[in-house]
Amino acid sequence: MKIIILGAGQVGGTLAENLAGEQNDITVIDTDGARLAELAERLDIGTVIGRGSYPAVLRQAGAEDADMLIAVTNSDEVNMVACQVAYSLFRTPTKIARIRAAAYSQKEKLFGNDALPIDVIISPEQVVTDYIKRLIEHPGALQVVNFAGGRVQLVAVRAYHGGPLVGNAIRQLRKHMPNVDTRVAAIFRRNRPILPEGNTVIEADDEVFFIAARNDIRAVMSEMRRLEHNYKRVIIAGGGNIGFRLAKSIESRYNVKIIERNEDRCQVLAEQLQHTVVMHGTGTDRDRLVKANIESADVFCALTNDDEANIMASLLAKRLGARKVMTLISNPAYVDLVQGHDIDIAISPQQATIGSLLTHVRRGDIVNVYSLRRGAAEAIEAVAHGDARSSKVVGKRIEDIDLPEGTTIGAIVRAEKVLIAHDHIVIEADDHVILFVMDRRRIRDVEKLFQVGFTFF
Amino acid sequence: MHLALIVKILGMLLMVFSITMLPPVLVAWLYEDGLQLPFLTAFTITFAIGLALWMMFFRVREELGVRDGFLVVTLFWTVLGLIGSLPFLLILKISPTDAVFESMSGLTTTGASVLSGLDYMAPSLLYYRQQLQWLGGMGVIVLAVAILPMLGVGGMQLYKAEIPGPMKESKLTPRIAETAKALWYVYLTVTVACALGYWWAGMTLFDAICHSFSTVATGGFATRDASLAAFNSAAIDGVATFFMFLSGASFALMFAALRRGSIKTFFRDPEFRFYTGLMFIYLVIVSVGLWVTRSYDTVGETLRHAAFQVASFGTGTGLTSTDATVSWPVPLLLLLVFTSFVSGCAGSTTAGMKVVRIALMLHQSQRELRKLIYPHGIFALRFGRRTVNDQVLQAVWGFIGVYITIAVLLTLAMTATGMDLATAFSTVAASLNTLGVGIAGVSGGFAEIATEAKWLMCFAMLLGRLEVFTILVLFTPVFWRQ
Repeated sequence: MKIIILGAGQVGGTLAENLAGEQNDITVIDTDGARLAELAERLDIGTVIGRGSYPAVLRQAGAEDADMLIAVTNSDEVNMVACQVAYSLFRTPTKIARIRAAAYSQKEKLFGNDALPIDVIISPEQVVTDYIKRLIEHPGALQVVNFAGGRVQLVAVRAYHGGPLVGNAIRQLRKHMPNVDTRVAAIFRRNRPILPEGNTVIEADDEVFFIAARNDIRAVMSEMRRLEHNYKRVIIAGGGNIGFRLAKSIESRYNVKIIERNEDRCQVLAEQLQHTVVMHGTGTDRDRLVKANIESADVFCALTNDDEANIMASLLAKRLGARKVMTLISNPAYVDLVQGHDIDIAISPQQATIGSLLTHVRRGDIVNVYSLRRGAAEAIEAVAHGDARSSKVVGKRIEDIDLPEGTTIGAIVRAEKVLIAHDHIVIEADDHVILFVMDRRRIRDVEKLFQVGFTFF
Repeated sequence: MHLALIVKILGMLLMVFSITMLPPVLVAWLYEDGLQLPFLTAFTITFAIGLALWMMFFRVREELGVRDGFLVVTLFWTVLGLIGSLPFLLILKISPTDAVFESMSGLTTTGASVLSGLDYMAPSLLYYRQQLQWLGGMGVIVLAVAILPMLGVGGMQLYKAEIPGPMKESKLTPRIAETAKALWYVYLTVTVACALGYWWAGMTLFDAICHSFSTVATGGFATRDASLAAFNSAAIDGVATFFMFLSGASFALMFAALRRGSIKTFFRDPEFRFYTGLMFIYLVIVSVGLWVTRSYDTVGETLRHAAFQVASFGTGTGLTSTDATVSWPVPLLLLLVFTSFVSGCAGSTTAGMKVVRIALMLHQSQRELRKLIYPHGIFALRFGRRTVNDQVLQAVWGFIGVYITIAVLLTLAMTATGMDLATAFSTVAASLNTLGVGIAGVSGGFAEIATEAKWLMCFAMLLGRLEVFTILVLFTPVFWRQ
């Protein structure tokens, strides 16, 4: 596929890296030549220096026969204009734009082929906010992703001593909880993937990915570790886009405090948020944290746009008694340094966002893509089309499907019903199949599995 | 430095190259010259060495670094020069020096030869010589990058080390393998067109194909001792002149022109315009010179030979349409040898310093002059519509400086092997610029020069083909420091 990416920043760069390895023709446009040169040195991609909304620059990048334009520059306006140019001059089939300002993205009438021709709007801040929100709703989870509109969830959790299943084979799960249906999709032991089977024994410190209906998640988690109480008190450092959105979406159910450095911004936050306590100060100020009652906080979220400040604030908060700290870290090198020690969960905004973009790049009818374990693995929700003749999956029992190595089917959503995958289930047309791919290099094979043969047409 | 990986890639490349020894087998079978066995032997040896190297490290999975690229390319060209000599050794039973010289001269598209009696040589061996030139023209590595997808990002490192010109980062398509493929398609298209041209002009199909290989590669090997003069046909000379000139232009530019379907693309390119202008000036000077000295009887004859030799020397090809190197006035010959130092455009199959570098140098000199008049003026250096940044300029100056220094040092070394100054200079121009024809003492070929001089020439040919820096960087201590 020929894809043009506008903006070689965090999101654009990560996207290029993800897509270049998958046999796509990628051209990245940016105004910063040095950043492009750095990217071109590492990846097999084309680069064009210039403003991405200019027709000549887009043409130079090959817009005339591009299949997709992904506009992820810092400026909403440039992104929107670029999509308009691509539509009007080059008839680019798929146009994706990042639009940050809610002022634009909430007006649905703005978008469409007779208005601003953008097919998919992504808002990384919203994606990251949702990501954190789910983590707060599921105490103890490392990552929670939604499938089929949230009816099914995939949860990553670290197994600890004290969980009834730890030290036992996965098969025991059924005996422990006869009413709950779940499937362990993957286990990572000391960062190496293990394909789980019935007799695989879960050890302490394993990172376990399991799939279950939303209502069963808590029950399954209680098998892996002593269950944590629901969170009540949340302290957020940084009242920027993400901090504000998070506070806004959880303030009715949780006791939220937000610490913001900029006084004017504090004023805005105070006006917009109804139940949240807005405090002026920084997250790295010990005195301010103590005043915010950090020792009784269940969760501390450091969400400023400064990695170092986030890390320092989190370490400080943990030391002062916060039960859980979650930290926004853009620099991937830092994540390995701090995650799992004092910082409970490091959140990479790029990795959280990339999935929503990959969804549209993948071949076949893919509804959701989530990047897991910093991009090494992926969870995919694909729709099975065709019939027994044209499709490689429809009409087959799960055990008969020729899955690529390291891939497991976790669940199937049929109309409104959630079926946890068992070997004897036969896949029907229009089923949503949820797969876990341990090795991202196998993605192509998974895509092929869900592409309908030519006999379909 | 990833030595294991380098050996593995070397093995893969050798296996790819070994396949090119099979077409001569076919030719041998068609023409019944009985040389199937030596070529099959050469194929087996090459393939076996490649396989052995590959087998040793086939499990290694690493990414090629910048430094590895230089080493792989230099090693590969060296090894190829040696391995490519196998058929000459096996069939002609000549000395290893001569065999390596011939093979290196072929691969680097030089076209200097130590062989004689070509007119009676077996067709399969003649074909093999021409094919060596053709493979060397666009570059065996570029071919490998096109057909070996596993090279990945590393392919870019190899490509950069082999492709000539100052702006190596420019790709035609986002993916390097696609770029390499596109270049080879264009190269193939031009070659086919050239072969058809020769055929139309009266060559046999065999001769047409053979000479199209050496013309488009700006190589210079021919299937006759007298080169194209043996045909003595104005039509053939015309076809050769046109395709030598065309092959001195950038193949990336030809790709763009083909894709847009417009001949105007050529004349929008500043380098091509400069190249055309330069060639025209050469042509005027040489024609006037020939006319004044009454070398030919008619204007037509004068223009025909002048144009041919200008295209041949000016692109470093080295085909000849007449006994120019012996009979022409010395100043004209010297001028022609000098033109080979500039040679064709970046991205063509020529060696030499490249038109774009000379053009940039002239623009830069102009800017310096303007600065004398307006000491506080700021002048952007424009080449066509694009401005050129100072980094590129510095690289160009560095290259030109090193190139001239190398030429001087090599000339010195050549005189040490017993040549006179004119012969030494001509020999260096013939090898470093991959020109392939000499004047003065080597106007009759290179068979008689000393063994040391032949090895020096091999080195110079390699330097010229890989644009000096790729090889020189291996001689710096920094390169080897961990």
